[in-house]
Amino acid sequence: MASTLMTTIDVFSQWCIPLIILSITLYAYCRKVKVYEVFVEGAKEGFNVAVMIIPYLVAILVAIGLFRSGRAMDVFESIVKPVTNLINMPPSILPLCFIRPLSGSGARGLMIEIFKEHGPDSFDGLIASCIQGSTETTFYVLAVYFGAVGVRNSRHAVPACLIGDIIGMIASVLICQIWPWRF
Amino acid sequence: MMNHVWIILIVLGVIIGIYSATSDAIHEKTFEARIEAIKSVGSDLTQKSFEMSQLAVNICIEYIGLMALWLGIMKIAQEAGLVSALARLMSPVMRRLFPRIPSEHPAMGAMLMNIAANMMGLDNAATPLGLKAMKELQTLNKEKAVSTNAMVMFLAINTSSVTLIPFSVIAFRATTGSVNPQAILAPAFIATALSTIGGITAARLFQKFSKPPADYYDDHLAGKAIPKDE
Repeated sequence: MASTLMTTIDVFSQWCIPLIILSITLYAYCRKVKVYEVFVEGAKEGFNVAVMIIPYLVAILVAIGLFRSGRAMDVFESIVKPVTNLINMPPSILPLCFIRPLSGSGARGLMIEIFKEHGPDSFDGLIASCIQGSTETTFYVLAVYFGAVGVRNSRHAVPACLIGDIIGMIASVLICQIWPWRF
Repeated sequence: MMNHVWIILIVLGVIIGIYSATSDAIHEKTFEARIEAIKSVGSDLTQKSFEMSQLAVNICIEYIGLMALWLGIMKIAQEAGLVSALARLMSPVMRRLFPRIPSEHPAMGAMLMNIAANMMGLDNAATPLGLKAMKELQTLNKEKAVSTNAMVMFLAINTSSVTLIPFSVIAFRATTGSVNPQAILAPAFIATALSTIGGITAARLFQKFSKPPADYYDDHLAGKAIPKDE
């Protein structure tokens, strides 16, 4: 039973993106959208998004690279290990958890460094992927949105939003542990 | 904030590097071996900083193609009216989450469109809609410097990440050599659903313990004009 469910999910994950591409383009075409031209317009936006992140990524990856190859990462990991071991979290994930609510580019850089160092399909890499996909740059969003309307007393916004992020992080660690990965 | 984080990473990285080079050197017996030990950590650091800056660009070159593909498809979805379709689909749930926002008020529409755009991963389109939603929510608020329950609930949903397909993560997995980049779709979806439920529950619990600012909800229902924002 459980393995049938997993097989279904497996098959679905492989077909998800082609089916989305098919259904969106076909639906839009039937609604008389100029699919080809609109696609190119969106692709230009994608081009800009990807090029714009390069300088941020250089900054973060160089800093974290120095931190790791000067063995500061080893020192850091041995300090936090007793805490992260409590929920079976790899120590390399902890910096990502702290940066995630503060800086989108910082978190992206840390995730890529984890992919580079441990591999995207390693336990660390999978958890980092799930965390990045299930949390947001909370402090940045709160600052921009409240700032735009001049709210100074945000009441319970910070704790409520951070609880959402923390639940996403813990859930990512736990789900990745019990998930029957097949590669 | 990132200024502090960045400088700490660099300073600690290099200083602990100097420390580990000296401690390596102390364990060596001959003078030449000590010099070699000191040199090796330095050359590691130099190489790593070059390697990482090249890596950033190399990854992004491949990432450009993947993002162009995805945002192209999502642009088609947007043009075909799928964002508003998704927004309509969610409106019964949203009305229950925001009891003091009249369902015909523009705030509701802007919030729905923002969340729908976020679900489809259209970050660039979502931000202006989100800011519009906040401005509309503010018109219903009598104490302009204090956030209402509705604002906190909206942001709790917004910041819990509602993206259905985290394509950017999948793209970076693909560019760093994953054999199955899309394998994280289902677990990431479960995690993001839990974080959204957690954020909403937390916002609801906190609401019970603090008094919200006065609002124009009843005036709006009675059809009275609400003073426009300055």
